[in-house]
Amino acid sequence: MGNHVWRPLYIAVALIALVLVARTFLVPKDFGIHERGYMYGWHRKGNEAEWKAVTVKYRTAASCKACHEDKAESLARTPHGIISCENCHGPALNHPDDPPTLTIDRSRKLCLRCHAALTTPTSGRASIAGINPETHNPEAECTLCHDPHNPVIREALAKSHEEAGVHGASERGNEAYPLVR
Amino acid sequence: MNRRDFLKNSITVIAGLAVPLSALELISPRKLLATKGDESPVRWAFLVDTQACVGCGFCVKACKTENEIPHETNITRTWVERYVVTRKGKTYVDSPRGARDGFTTDRIDQGEEGFREVKAEEIEKAFFVPKLCNQCDNPACVQVCPVGATYQTPDGVVLVDRKHCIGCAYCIMACPYGVRSFNPAYKTAEKCTFCYHRISQGMKTACVDACPFGARKIGNLRDPDDPVTKTIMSGRVGVLKEQYGTKPQVYYLALSREVK
Repeated sequence: MGNHVWRPLYIAVALIALVLVARTFLVPKDFGIHERGYMYGWHRKGNEAEWKAVTVKYRTAASCKACHEDKAESLARTPHGIISCENCHGPALNHPDDPPTLTIDRSRKLCLRCHAALTTPTSGRASIAGINPETHNPEAECTLCHDPHNPVIREALAKSHEEAGVHGASERGNEAYPLVR
Repeated sequence: MNRRDFLKNSITVIAGLAVPLSALELISPRKLLATKGDESPVRWAFLVDTQACVGCGFCVKACKTENEIPHETNITRTWVERYVVTRKGKTYVDSPRGARDGFTTDRIDQGEEGFREVKAEEIEKAFFVPKLCNQCDNPACVQVCPVGATYQTPDGVVLVDRKHCIGCAYCIMACPYGVRSFNPAYKTAEKCTFCYHRISQGMKTACVDACPFGARKIGNLRDPDDPVTKTIMSGRVGVLKEQYGTKPQVYYLALSREVK
């Protein structure tokens, strides 16, 4: 066979060898087939540890309770006890070291997430006390009148209903907060 | 060159060309065998109670903060959809900004068509459905990745290797649930990790912890005493788009037929 056949072949073989050599250096050692097989487990194993190392920002209400036990307990007796502290107080991160104080979200927008009245008859939303944000003191912050840590004083509510002659509480029925678990 | 040589050489060249480059990677049978059999003691699964969801969107907010997803972009790893079904059988769905700020108005966001108002007396049913990655047992998104950047962990979570992802977006196209997006900061595919950093150290996901109503739960399918596993095994649960054969591992209680 003549040179015109061998020469391009040599080049092709050299290129393949080059790719294979480069591959051994460039592909990480832990890249390969892992537990989930060739179809789903072909990856760099070290990446799993990278995902595990992401910083936890929300430390959960249980960790808040470790120091703020009094607050946690009084809150637990109210309908808002089901809400995680960090939903309003912001992620704790490494509080109290960093940040020393948390930024509390007291905005109307936050309350409206649950308390804007919506026509959603077949969801739990229908059994939460709701207001029309456009007519219910639109300029005011909710916290001016409502204490987020103690939103409903049940006795007062019952008394006002009694005075108004309402039986069986509001239209939502006796179970004002059936979602509290 | 005589005829015999010519035929011989032709066959050699054709045989050589038939060997693709990928075949040069040697797969040891031992390695393949090792992938069978030894089952991981953990298989994460998720349970969503659509009846309990009130559309507050705390889960979306917590997810975005926990996983450092740019707050002002529309991409989000989890979102909440509102379904409004009229008495005439029309279904309207919306999820403004993925419900990052919850649902605060009855107007349904129809995107370019503007807002739609449905009269209260016309509404047959209306409810909320949280969505997130289904961490499928047969993840279509993993199969299409050309560079091995997305994969399934032994405990069933599908992750993206941000160092290997080339941002080709095949996986975003392949996911039948539309849970993948493109992260503008990393220029890679973005998806729910079931908060892998939290669940792998015994915590719950950020969305589960943020949900005041217990609409979201996470559990280990390989633990028969896990309350979530019990509900999935014995309760009346549904999954999304079962017909795709992806074997999704996010189970829904009270799933309505309108939900796709």
